[in-house]
Amino acid sequence: MTATEAVVQTESRRSPPRRGGPPQRSDGRALRRSPLASVGLHAALIMASFIAIFPIFWVLVTSFKPDENALETTPKLINEPTVNNYSEVLAGDFGPFLTWFGNSLLIAGLTTVIGVFISATTAYAVSRFRFPGRRSMMLSFLVMQMFPFVVLIVPLYNLLLTFGLQGSVIGLVLVYCTTAIPFCTYLLKGYFDTIPIDIDEAGRVDGLSPFGVFWRLILPLARPGIAVTAFYAFLTAWGEVGFASAFLSGNSEGKTLAVGLQSFVSQTQVLWGHLAAASILIALPAVVVFYLVQRSLVSGLAAGGVKG
Amino acid sequence: MAQVAYRKASRIFPGSPPVRAVDQLDLDIADGEFLVLVGPSGSGKSTALRMLAGLEDVDEGNIEIAGQDVTNVPPKGRDIAMVFQSYALYPHMTVAQNMGFALKLRGVSKDQIQSKVQEAAKLLDLSELLDRRPKALSGGQRQRVAMGRAIVREPSVFLMDEPLSNLDAKLRVETRANIASLQRRLRTTTVYVTHDQVEAMTMGDRVAVLESGLLKQVGTPAELYERPRNAFVAGFIGSPAMNLKTVPLTADGAKLDGLTVPLPREVLDVAAEQGLSSVIVGIRPESLRVASEGENGMELVVELVEELGADAFVYGTVRIAGDSQRFTVRVEGRSSPKLAETVKVTVRDSDDLHAFSPETGERLG
Repeated sequence: MTATEAVVQTESRRSPPRRGGPPQRSDGRALRRSPLASVGLHAALIMASFIAIFPIFWVLVTSFKPDENALETTPKLINEPTVNNYSEVLAGDFGPFLTWFGNSLLIAGLTTVIGVFISATTAYAVSRFRFPGRRSMMLSFLVMQMFPFVVLIVPLYNLLLTFGLQGSVIGLVLVYCTTAIPFCTYLLKGYFDTIPIDIDEAGRVDGLSPFGVFWRLILPLARPGIAVTAFYAFLTAWGEVGFASAFLSGNSEGKTLAVGLQSFVSQTQVLWGHLAAASILIALPAVVVFYLVQRSLVSGLAAGGVKG
Repeated sequence: MAQVAYRKASRIFPGSPPVRAVDQLDLDIADGEFLVLVGPSGSGKSTALRMLAGLEDVDEGNIEIAGQDVTNVPPKGRDIAMVFQSYALYPHMTVAQNMGFALKLRGVSKDQIQSKVQEAAKLLDLSELLDRRPKALSGGQRQRVAMGRAIVREPSVFLMDEPLSNLDAKLRVETRANIASLQRRLRTTTVYVTHDQVEAMTMGDRVAVLESGLLKQVGTPAELYERPRNAFVAGFIGSPAMNLKTVPLTADGAKLDGLTVPLPREVLDVAAEQGLSSVIVGIRPESLRVASEGENGMELVVELVEELGADAFVYGTVRIAGDSQRFTVRVEGRSSPKLAETVKVTVRDSDDLHAFSPETGERLG
C-alpha cells in the first residue's frame, strides 16, 4: 500500500455516517439483496482482501525461515521455523540496523512535525484570509504534485549542495517536506473550510489573537484532518528510498532503514529470510503510528457549535 | 457599562461600483440603553454591529466606546461580548468551559471562573447542563449558552446579532421577554440586531431603522410608530404594514376613491411650497373603519379576511384613478365582512394620517 492509498482509505473510513448493518434507503427501509448478488459480492470482497493481505502474510512467513529455505520449488508454510533472522538483523550482523532505525525515526518524525505545522498554518491562512497570490499559490501546489519526484533529484541535489545541506538529516527532512506540504495543505484547507468562521470570530471577541484562534480553537477542531495529514507526512519519509539514497551521506551509519535494506541484496545472493525479517521490523512503526492516528479519525467533532 | 457612539462611520465593500454597506452612520447610544438596529436584509444592520465588534473594518469615520476611540482596536481590546446568530459555541468544550473561556484567557482564577459561571448558569437555567457539550443541547439551550458566555464576562457592551432567528416561534417570544428583562436587570448597554420589527418594537428602549446602509430614523418605538419621519419607516414599522398610497392632492386634502381625506393645514402648506400635485398618504389599518350607512367611503373589494379573535384584518382592493390598490383594514372580530363582498371604508380620525413627499419620501409637516 502506498502512502496516498493509505490516506485515501483512512479518509473514506471517516466519511460514512453509519457503520455496519445493511445499506438503507433514504426512507430508512433496508435494501434487500438477492442471495446470488450477496454471494458474488462477498466472493469479490474476499478475493480483493486476499490479494491485499497475502503478500504481507508471505513476507511474515518467510521471515521465520532460514535464507536457504526461503525460496523453494514447493513452498511450505512452515519450514524449520527460527527467529535467527530477527536476532541477527537486530544484533547488527548486516549493518547497524538500530542506527538506521533511529535515523529513519528521526527523519520521519521531523518531517511529520515540521510538515504538519507548516501545512496547517498555510492551510489556515489560505482558508481564512484573502491575500494577493492566494489562488496562484494553491495552483502551484497542485502543479508540483504532477511532477514525478525522480526528476527532482538532480536539481534538489544541486540546491542542497549550494546550501551546504547535502548529506545532512535536515536537508533530507526539508526535501520530504517539499513533497508532503503541498498535498497536506490541500487536505487541511478542505478541512478548515468546514469549520464555521463564526467560531473564529467568537474566539476573537472572547480575547484571542488570530494565532490564538488557530491554536486553541481551530487545531483542536481539526484533529481528524491533522491526524490524516500527520500519517501521510510520516509515510512520505518513512519508506522512501530514492531521495534518501541520493541525499544522505554515503557512510553506513547515516543510512535510513529503507536504504539499509539494500545491504541484504548483494550481487551474488539475496538473503530472503533476513530481508523479510527486516521488512517486518520496518513496517511495525508505521502500524503503531497508524494505530495512534486512527483514534482521532472521528467524524462530527465540530458538530453542535453553530446552528446547522 | 458604557455609552457607544458611531461618528460618521462607513463600511465600503470593494467592487465595481463599491458598495457602501454602512453609510456615514451617526448614532449615540446611552449608557445602559437597549438599542435595536432593524432593517430588511442587506440594510447594513449586521455590518454596523460587526464594525462595533471590531470584526469589520471602519473605512470612514470612527467608533467610540465609553468615550474612547476604538476604531483601530482589535475585538479583544474593546471589552464587548457578542451573541452570534449561529451561536458559534466552541464544539470541543463543555458548556462550563464555553462560558468561562473568556475569563480563562484573561487569567481569572479557577475558583472565580467557576463561581461566575455557576451564577450565570443559575440565571439562565443552565445549571444541569454545565458538563454537556454543545452537540448534546437543543437549539434553545444552545442559545442560552451563547447568552451565558456573554453575561459571564460582564462586558461594557453586549452585541447581539439576530440571536432569536433560529428558534421556533413560541420559544422566540419567550426568549425575547427573557433577554429584555435580563438586560433591564444587568443594565448593560446593548446593541441588538434584528430584521423582525415586532422584536424591535417590543425589546428596544430605542430603535434605529436602517435601509441600504443609511440610518432612516432613530427613536423610541412609540415615536417610530406615531410619527415616522419617512415613508420607508412608516411602511416598515407596524404589522400589518401601513397603507401607503400615492394620490392626487386637492385644496382640501388627499383624494381617494369617493373620499377626500382632509390633511392638516401645515401639511398642505409644505406641499404647496414644494409644488407637489400628489402626495403619499399613510393610513394604518386601525385608522380605517367600515363606513356607516349613507357615509362617504372607498369601495373595498374584500379578498382575504384574517380572523384573530378580538379583531380581524381585511385585505382588499380599491380602484383609485383607474388602478386597483391594495388596502388593509382592521375591523371588529365579530362583524367582519365576507369574502368578495364590497364594503365602504372610511378614515376613523384624520389626525392619524401621515403624509409624505412622493419625490423624497420625507414626511410633510
